[in-house]
Parts: sequence; structure tokens; C-alpha cells
Amino acid sequence: MKHKVSTTVNGSRHEHEVESRLLLVHYLRDEVGLTGTHIGCDTSQCGACTILVDGKAVKSCTMFAVQAEGKELTTIEGMAKDGVLHPLQQAFWDEHGLQCGYCTPGFIMAAAYLLSQNPNPTEDEIRRGLEGNLCRCTGYVNIVKSVQAAAKTMGGAKAKTGEQQAATRRA
Amino acid sequence: MAVTTMIGAKIHRREDPRLITGRGRYVDDMKLNGMLHVGFVRSPYGHARIRSIDVTDAAKAPGVVAVYTARDFEGLLQGEMPVTISFVPDKKQPIGWAFIAKDEARYHGEIVAVVLAREKSQAADATALVSVDFEPLPAVVDLDKAVESKSPTAHTGIPDNVAWDMTVGAGDVDAAFADADVVVKQRILQQRLFPIAMEGRAVLVEYVPFDNRLTMWTSSQVPHWVRLCLTLAMGIPESNIRIVAPDVGGGFGSKIHIYPEEYLAAAASKLSGRPIKWTEGRSENLQATHHGRAQIFDIEIAAKKDGTLLGYKVRQYVDTGAYVSVFSSFQCSAYAIAEGAYDLKNVKFQTVGILTNTTPTDAYRGAGRPEATHAIERGIDLVAREIGMDPVEIRRKNFSKFPHSNYLGFAYDTGDYDKALTKALATVGYDAFRQQQKELRAKGRYLGIGLSTWIEVCGFGPSAVTAANEPLALVESSSVRLHPTGSATVYVGTSPHGQGHATTFAQIAADTLGLPYDAIDVRTSDTGDTPFGYGTYGSRSLHVGGSAVLMSCRKVVDKARKLAAHMLEASEEDVAFDQGRFYVKGSPDKAKTMGEVAFAAHRDNLPEGMEHGLEAVTYYDPPDLSWPFGTHICVVEVDPETGAVDLQRYVAIDDCGNVINPMIVEGQVQGGVAQGIAQALFEEVIHDAETGQLRTGTLLDYSIPGTGEIPVIECDRTITPSTTNPLGAKGIGEAGTIAASPAVINAICDALSPLGIKHVDMPASPDRLWKQIQEARAHANGSKEAHQ
Repeated sequence: MKHKVSTTVNGSRHEHEVESRLLLVHYLRDEVGLTGTHIGCDTSQCGACTILVDGKAVKSCTMFAVQAEGKELTTIEGMAKDGVLHPLQQAFWDEHGLQCGYCTPGFIMAAAYLLSQNPNPTEDEIRRGLEGNLCRCTGYVNIVKSVQAAAKTMGGAKAKTGEQQAATRRA
Repeated sequence: MAVTTMIGAKIHRREDPRLITGRGRYVDDMKLNGMLHVGFVRSPYGHARIRSIDVTDAAKAPGVVAVYTARDFEGLLQGEMPVTISFVPDKKQPIGWAFIAKDEARYHGEIVAVVLAREKSQAADATALVSVDFEPLPAVVDLDKAVESKSPTAHTGIPDNVAWDMTVGAGDVDAAFADADVVVKQRILQQRLFPIAMEGRAVLVEYVPFDNRLTMWTSSQVPHWVRLCLTLAMGIPESNIRIVAPDVGGGFGSKIHIYPEEYLAAAASKLSGRPIKWTEGRSENLQATHHGRAQIFDIEIAAKKDGTLLGYKVRQYVDTGAYVSVFSSFQCSAYAIAEGAYDLKNVKFQTVGILTNTTPTDAYRGAGRPEATHAIERGIDLVAREIGMDPVEIRRKNFSKFPHSNYLGFAYDTGDYDKALTKALATVGYDAFRQQQKELRAKGRYLGIGLSTWIEVCGFGPSAVTAANEPLALVESSSVRLHPTGSATVYVGTSPHGQGHATTFAQIAADTLGLPYDAIDVRTSDTGDTPFGYGTYGSRSLHVGGSAVLMSCRKVVDKARKLAAHMLEASEEDVAFDQGRFYVKGSPDKAKTMGEVAFAAHRDNLPEGMEHGLEAVTYYDPPDLSWPFGTHICVVEVDPETGAVDLQRYVAIDDCGNVINPMIVEGQVQGGVAQGIAQALFEEVIHDAETGQLRTGTLLDYSIPGTGEIPVIECDRTITPSTTNPLGAKGIGEAGTIAASPAVINAICDALSPLGIKHVDMPASPDRLWKQIQEARAHANGSKEAHQ
């Protein structure tokens, strides 16, 4: 039996008929067509599928699509606005916070929630805030640095314009 | 010569914008019209006879289009899974590995049937409806038991479980042991590990009948190998097969070869006439993607009282799993660096491959070199302990001096081991730590420091080195094409999955061609447009592939200089090339830029006999291997009441020769160290000893370290350029993993030395350490009582 589900994803309304067992992550990838949210495990350990549900970080493999009825969902595709990277995206780029990039959307979304709750976290608070996400490439050192850098940017200067971003490509 | 501006600079990775905005394209992100999803039915037993397979219910299930078993692939897929045996000349018996099990399944996870359905969920549902009548057979799991004469065999009908047994050596080992003041013996376990790339494997494949064309997108480190294997198995001309490895979410060796699923998906597309997609689930990945390590080392070291190492005997037992996998023999490459950074000429190394009823093992980050390094770095600490010498001093005493050839005659390119060690000791503050350790020991605290003065062999593999075994040289390719308006496309045969080739290779090309960095595009991982290459693994891509880029760019400059001379009405010898400008020596004001020359190369008025275009191809075969090195130091505190290890500091001083992009080098080291720490402290694959069933079957049961478990990794470097490639570079991709596990374990053993604990196996988990501490204390108390 199929169920109607309507959500707002990155500001756009979506309506679909879905199976009751459809996981939210599969709904985003296969029904809405946003493939930036990744799947790295099948037991909710890795956090690659982390998104924001009404502003709160959620592993989207731990919810059914039908449970997202009426919710505001933000995925990695909704982070850059008007051609300007979100400060977390910029910081991951600046600090080499990614290598293969597969876990990265999940880390950025988890970090976005962390910074929304705690704009000036200590290193220890960042590490604890991200312990639901796994990365196999970076050893986390530069991920932590990226979040520290973003916290600084978000607390201070406004996000850079597209032109300024291009200029920073050569440090 | 162009003045270097890009090489050596911290350039932001051009791969990143798409990856940080969710616009990467991994295989599972793609769809084709009419595509079917495949589900694989796998053996739930380590070893079982397949009596019969009933597909009736599965075939009737919703959405199911076809169900295939081994019989359906007969004639479609020729031969068996390929195996390279270059490191194993004495391989005792050929072990056939079919693409799909027919009569007998030999590991938990081996494929026995294939289901095609319209939806992924329907394929998954229907696999559960395939009824296989298995008759469980005795499973071979434990290595020690597997070599006993009465052991059951991992394959029905083979004489024993030994897959290979080979000994190499040099010098007079017996005399060395006879002359020794001390002989240290130790068994060292290398537990089995899951590689776990965050993206599992995935395949999307379309066979077009009548055209006889096959296109496959696959999460692979080696698209050209995949094409080669498919052409051999399916009989489709290589020119009609296109393999693309799009964005690939990590590999670590686990995507180094072609797997049964890739063959079967391709064949299923041909059988069904539909595009086929498969995305590996994580639990499936833990059964079906090859495992790493799974070895036992028995080592013996002979030494003098003054710390001089005299001789070294090693027995390496490799658990091959159920089949000798494609690059399984890389694990034996441990013999190539057995003696590590030390001048040891009397060495005997025996490697024995043993078949078991478990998932096949193969290359995992370092493949043989982490194991060899762990053995010798533990061994030298055991000798130091035995004779009461400081671990720094014994290393300095035995370091190889350059020029140096090792016990097998491999000539190392360059090295200065003491320099890296000295820098690492200064960074960590070794002497101050020893003082602090002494004071805290008096207060009952267990702090320890561990060294790993690692070396590595990489840059596989020059024909000069491989020719002795077989006529296979792992050369690497590039093709550089300049466009009329002065931009360039660089095509390479390597296949990155996080290493940043698009950035570093563009840095090399920009400097060499004298073009702006943004005018260079680097194309990888598509056999449709890149020249044949051997792929990315074994820390080879920069040494071999980066050099191939440099050589093609130089060829382009050579032709451009001829054309520029013509344009400047000068002789070629009088034309200088500097920062992208050609000019007559002494007249730098009247210059032609590389862009202008590229434009001219596509117009009339070329010098007589010169063809249009500016383009060059290189298949680079380096003259020799490269040997990076470094010193890692770890500081720990062990809580004797819980067995918990607190990683207090981790310092990594590495030398990979000349550096193209320091940011990427540091990232590779940090990630590698994290995987070494993961082996030292956390991870272990366990199979049921009786049935061979995988007990650590999900990520719930297998402890990958997270942000809370990996400390800050303090990186720095020394620079000793390589002489075996024109970049002067050495590989760095595996360094961290090779170095880290002995640094951590040596630190733990140092911390626990007051308790008389000499050796700790991996993973040094709290329960293992706690038990060992309890035993050591009981033993100490027992001794005291006995004395009283």
C-alpha cells in the first residue's frame, strides 16, 4: 500500500506516493532525485546520510519517508545559496577536509547542526558533536579544522562572494 | 625552463566544489532507462555443497524479470577469476575461482544465484525466496589447524590447504644465529581487517546487442584492468568496451581488481538485454569485498649485546581465504622490505599461503609492507628490551647507510633515516618525555613512547625490477593535447579515488607547459578517452603516473620550441622557454606564448615537414622503484584498571622526496595513520571457528574509529628527492598505515614494561590489555610469593 507524503526539501515542495517501508534517504535519492545524500552502511553507524529535519541533524536512514510528512528537509544541495558556498563548504575546501568526498555531505550537515547549537565549540565539543559520522580517508584532523574555521567565519565576517571564493583557490 | 610556481604549492583541490555541494557522481547516483536491479544470493555457510537450487518462488515474485544460476552463465563467461602470481613463483597448486559457485560454496558470501528485478527492493525481496539446498561441510578457519595433516580441506578434493610456500634469503643466517649474544623470538598476529571504503562497490552496466558494445560504470581503482578482464571473459573486443570509474568513494586496495559481481552484472545485461545496476550494501560489502592482512608472523632476531643486529628469520603465514585473489600475492611483498631501515644482510623469509573457508584476502592499504614493518619494528624493540638499550639508540646503531642495497639486492634510491628520526625526537621532546615517564611511573602511572622508523617500497613497477619474474611492467601513461586557444587536456591512465590527481597533475602540467593552472584539464578513469594505464594503488600514481604527465608535457614543449623558432625566425637552439614564453635568447621582449604557439600549430605556415597540432603520449617505465621513509612517534597512557589506551600524541615525520602539493601529502599521511591506529587498537574481523560464518557482519560489530578515537596527528617532513623519477617524488599514500601500528603498539609495550609485558597483539583493545595486565600482576605476585 502506498502513502502520500509531502515535504519541503531545500525550500521546494514535493509530493509523492511511497511505500510504507521506504526510508527517508531512499526517498531523497530515488524519488526527489537529490543524490548528494549518501549511504555508507545499513546499520545507522556511518552518518553519510545525515540531513537536517526541521533544522535538526538526523541520519536519514533512521526515518521512514512517511515520517517526514510536513517536515522541512535540508540536504547538502540546499547549503550553497545564490552561487555562494556555505561557510562550512568553503571551510572543508580550504582546510582539505575531504578526500574521496563520500562522507562529506553527512559531515557538513552534522556540523551545520552542531554550529547552530554551539557557534563557538571547542575542539573536544566538535569531536563529540561529530562522533556519529565516519570518515575513512582523512583521519578527521582536517575535518575538525574545517569546522573550527567555519565557526570562525560564521561568527565573524559574512560569507565570501563567488568572486572572492575564486580568488582563494590559490592560497 | 619554466620557473616553478605551482609545483610545491598548497593549491585548493579542484575536485572539491562538486563534492562539497552534493554534485559528485558516484555510480549509485546514476540511472539508465529500462535498468534492472540485481540481487545476489550468497552462501550463508563457510563451506557447503550445493545440492540443488529452486528458483520457482523467486521467479514469480513481484517485479522479478529473471533468476540465473551458474548454468546460465556457461558459455557467456569464459575461464575463471584471474590471479597474478608474480610474487609467488613456488605456488603449489592452482586454485580455480569461478565467477559463480556451482557445486560447492567456499566462503560465507560466495554468490550462488542472481536475481534481476525492476526495483532494488524487489530484487532484495526475491533473493530471500531462492531456495538453495546446502549441505554444510567442515570449514577450515584456523591457520594453525589448517596446516595439520588431518585438517579438512577448504576445497573438496585438494591435497592440502597450502596455496604457496616460498622461501627467499641471503647471507649466512645460521652463522649469524650461532654468533649471537641474544636471540629474540616472537609470534606476532596481523588480525584480519575490512578495508571499508565509505562507498561500497557499485556497478551500472549496459550491453547493447547487435552493436556488441558494453559500457560499465564501476567503483574501481583500475578501469583499464576491468576492461582487459571483461574482454578476456566475454570475448567482446576491447575497443567495444568502455569502463568508467566516476567519482569513487575510497578504495584502500579493495577496488584494485575485478570482482565476480562485475563479471556477472555484465553477463546479466547481455542475457537480459537490459541495463543492470548493483549497489553493494554495507553488510554485503563485509562478506563480499576482499579482506586485508589476516596473517601470522613468527620472527627470530639474532643480535650482539651492543645492539648490532646479526640475523633475521621470518615465517609469514597468509590466510588467503577461500581463493588466491588477484593481487593476494602483494601480501608476500613483505619479504621485499623485511629488514626495514636496518642494515641486515643475513635474512631468511618464508611465506606460506593457506586456504581457508573465509572471504578471500587481498591488498589493503600497504599490502605486505605494514605487516613487514610491524614485525621488524616490534622485533627491534624486543631486542632493545632484552639487552637494556634505548629504542632510539639501537635504531641509530643499525640504520642502513647510503648508497644501500638490501638483502635481496634491491638498490634503494635515496634515504637519510637519522634525519627524520632526529626531527621526530625533537618534535616530540623525547628526553623530556623519558624524564616525565620516570616521575609518573613512580606514582603508578603507565606512560609509554613508541617509535616506528619505517621504510616503504613503492613506484610499482619498473620493467627492470619485474622482468625477473614475468614480462609485466606496471608502466603508467599520459596523453597531453593542447587546444588552439591555449588550453590543454591531460589524459592519464591512473584512476584516483580521493588522491586529488586532477589537482596535482594539473600543477605539474601547468608548470611544465607554462600555461595557467586554470587552462589545464585532467581527465582520468574513462577507458573511452584515456590511454591504457594500470590504475591507482601501491603509492605509485605520482612516481609513475605523474612522471608520465611530466614527460608528455616536455615532449609538447620540444615541438612547441621548434614551431616558436620558426615563428621568431630563429634557430631552435637560440630559443629560450621561460614561464610559458618562447623568445630568442637575449631578447625576452619579443616573445611568443605557449598559447600563441598552440594557435599557430593549428594553422598554415608550419615549418616544412611539421604536422599540425601539439600533442604527445608517454608510457613511462621508471628505471627503478622508490623507497620513502620516516619516523613516527606515539605517546600513550594505559589505564591499568580498565586496559584503556589514551593516545596522547602522535608525531609523523615523513620523507616522500619532492612534494607537489603539501596539503594533499599531509592529508594522505593523516588518513593513513588513522587506519594504522584503527588496526592497532580497534578493528578485527572474526569468523566462527567451526562454521566459517562471519561474526563481525555489520558495522555494529566492527569498530571503525571515529572523531573521538583519532588524536591530532602532527605532521612534518624531511625532503630527500628520489633519483628514480624525473619529479624526484616518492609515494606517500600508504606511509601512514605502514608506520602507525608499530608506533602505537611499541608505545603500549613501553608503557606496560614495568609489569614485565613485552609484547601485545592487535587490536590492543581494553579487554585484551586488561587480561594481560591481570596475568602479569598475578605472575609478579606469584613470583614474589615463591621467593618468600
